[in-house]
Amino acid sequence: MAKSKNTQQKVKRQSTGANILIYIILILGGIIMVGPLIWMISTSLKDKMGVFQLPPQWIPNPIRWDAYKRLFSLSEMYAGFKNTIIVSFTVTIIGSITSSVAAFSFAKLRLPFKNTIFLILLIALMVPYPAVMIPQFMIFSKIGWVDTLKPLIVPGLFGNITMIFFLKQYLQSVPDSVIESAKIDGAGYTKIFTSIIFPLIRPAVAAQFILWFMGAWNDYLAPLIYLNSPEKQTLQVVIANLSATYATQTDYPLIMAMSFVALLPVLIIFLIFQKQIIESIALSGTKG
Amino acid sequence: MTEETVVDKKKKTFFHHDSKLYRDEHRAALLMIVLPVIGFTVFTLLPLIYSIFASFTNWNGLGEMTFTGWRNFQLMIKDNYFWQTLGNTFYLMLGIPIGLILSFLLASALSRGLKGTTFFRVIYYIPVISSLAAIAIMWQWAYNGDYGLVNQVLALVGIKGPNWLQNVHTVKPAIIAMSVWKGLGYSMLLYLAAIQSVPKSFYEAADLDGANAFQKFKNITWPMCRPVTFFLIITNVIGGSQIFTEINIMTPTGGPEYSSATIVWYIWQKAFKNFQMGYASAMSMILGILIFIITALQFYVNRKSDYKLS
Repeated sequence: MAKSKNTQQKVKRQSTGANILIYIILILGGIIMVGPLIWMISTSLKDKMGVFQLPPQWIPNPIRWDAYKRLFSLSEMYAGFKNTIIVSFTVTIIGSITSSVAAFSFAKLRLPFKNTIFLILLIALMVPYPAVMIPQFMIFSKIGWVDTLKPLIVPGLFGNITMIFFLKQYLQSVPDSVIESAKIDGAGYTKIFTSIIFPLIRPAVAAQFILWFMGAWNDYLAPLIYLNSPEKQTLQVVIANLSATYATQTDYPLIMAMSFVALLPVLIIFLIFQKQIIESIALSGTKG
Repeated sequence: MTEETVVDKKKKTFFHHDSKLYRDEHRAALLMIVLPVIGFTVFTLLPLIYSIFASFTNWNGLGEMTFTGWRNFQLMIKDNYFWQTLGNTFYLMLGIPIGLILSFLLASALSRGLKGTTFFRVIYYIPVISSLAAIAIMWQWAYNGDYGLVNQVLALVGIKGPNWLQNVHTVKPAIIAMSVWKGLGYSMLLYLAAIQSVPKSFYEAADLDGANAFQKFKNITWPMCRPVTFFLIITNVIGGSQIFTEINIMTPTGGPEYSSATIVWYIWQKAFKNFQMGYASAMSMILGILIFIITALQFYVNRKSDYKLS
C-alpha cells in the first residue's frame, strides 16, 4: 500500500516535471510564432531612424503614429481596401449560396449520372491554378475584362468545389427521410432547401465561408496577373508594390504599418470566430 | 427470387406512377448543379484543354499560334533555368517533413490536456491566417542582414548572420524556415484532432500489456495519425509545388543567381513578362502532370500500407 502510494507520487512528480518542460517548449514556440508579428507592430510605431537603432527597442519610445498617418494619406491603400472588399465579399457570399445549393442536390436529390458528374468536378481539385491561368487570362483579355475586377469575381460565383465537397459530406449525416417527409408534405425544393437543409448545414457553411473569405482576401497571384492600374489593384498587390517602392527609401515603419493593416481584418475575424474556425479546419482535415 | 420480382414490380409501378414527380426532381437537381458544372467547364476544363494545345505552339498571346510540335518540350530539356527552378521548387519542399515532425511533436505536447491548450492553438494558428503577402514583406525585412530581427536574435547568442535573402546559400533555407513557421499551426491542429480522437481504451489495453511510452507511440499514436500525415503530405506537396507569392515578394528577381526562383514563378515570368505563352503553357503542363503523379503515387502508397489495428 505504502509502496504504491510512493510510486503514484513519483509518477505525479515526474509528470509535473514533464509538464513544466512542455510549457517551456510551448511558450518558446509561441514566442517564435507571434514574435515576428509583434516586431512588425513595434517597427510600425517607430520613426524612420528608430528602426536602425541597435540594440532594437521592442517597445518604441516614444511611440510614433506617424507611419499610420502617412499610410492613410495614400490613395492606393483606400483603393486596395475597397477592391479587396468588393471582390472577397461578392465572391464568397454568392459563391457560398451556389455551392450550398449544389451540395444539397449532389447529396440528397435523384439525378441520373449524379455521382459521375461529381467525380468529374473533383478533377478541378487536382488541376493547379498555374496550369489554367494562361488560357483563363486569354479568355478574359478577349472579352476586355483585363484590368477590371471581373476576372477575380466571376469564376467564384459558380461555386467552389472544395466547399461543395465538404458540404456534401456534411449532408450525408442528414437522414433522407427528413427530405422525403417534407416532400410528402408538399414542400417544393426551394422550400426544403431554405427551411430544412440550410438551417442544418449553416455551421458548416459558415466555417467554409470564413475559410474562403480568408483565401479570397489574401489572394495574390490572380490579381497580380489581371490588374495593372493602381486604382484597380487589390490590397495584397498594393502592399507588395508599395513595399518595393518604400524599401528603397528605407521607410520600414510605413511598410510594416501597411502589412499590419492588410492582415488586421482577417486577424480580427479569426480571433472572433477562432473556436468555429479551428474546429471546422480540424474536421475538414480529418474527414478529407 | 420470386419475392424479389414482386418487390421489383411494386417498385416499378411506384416509379411509373410517380414519374412526373421524378422528372421534376431531376430537373430541380440539374438546375441546382448547373452553375458549378458550367463554372468547371468554362474556367477549368476548357482552359486545361486550351493549355495542352497551346503547349505545342509558338505563341506570344497576341498573334497567331503556330504549331511547333514537341519543340517547346525539347527547348525545356535544354533550358537550364527550367531545371534550376524545378530543382529549387523541390528543394523548398524540404520544409514539409520538418514542418510535419515539429507540428506532430507540438500536437503531442498539446494533447496532454494542459491548461491553456486553446490559447496555444490560437497563437500557433495566427501565422496561418495572416496574409501571405504581408507575412512575406515582414520576413523580407526580418531577414535583412544588418537590422533584421533574425540576425538581431542570432547576435544575442553571438552568431553573426548573413544577409539571408542576398546569399545563394541561405536564401532557400530562409524561405523554408518562413514556410515552416507559417504552416506549423495548420498541421499541428490536424494532428491534435487526430491524436485526441484515439480511443482511450487503446492506451489502457497497451498499459495492461506493459507497453512503454515509446511502444505506445509507435504502435498506437503514430499509426492512428497516418491518414492526417497522408492528407498533409498531399496538400503540402500540391501547395509547395505552386509556391509563388513569397518568392515574388521576397526575391523579386528570383534571388541571387536565380537561386530562389520556383517553377510557377518562372512560368509566370515567361508568360506575363516575356510573353512566351506557348512555352509557359508547356511548362505548366509538366507541372500539372507532376502534381498528378505525386498525388496518384501517394494514393497508391497509402493504399498498400493501409494500417489496420487488429
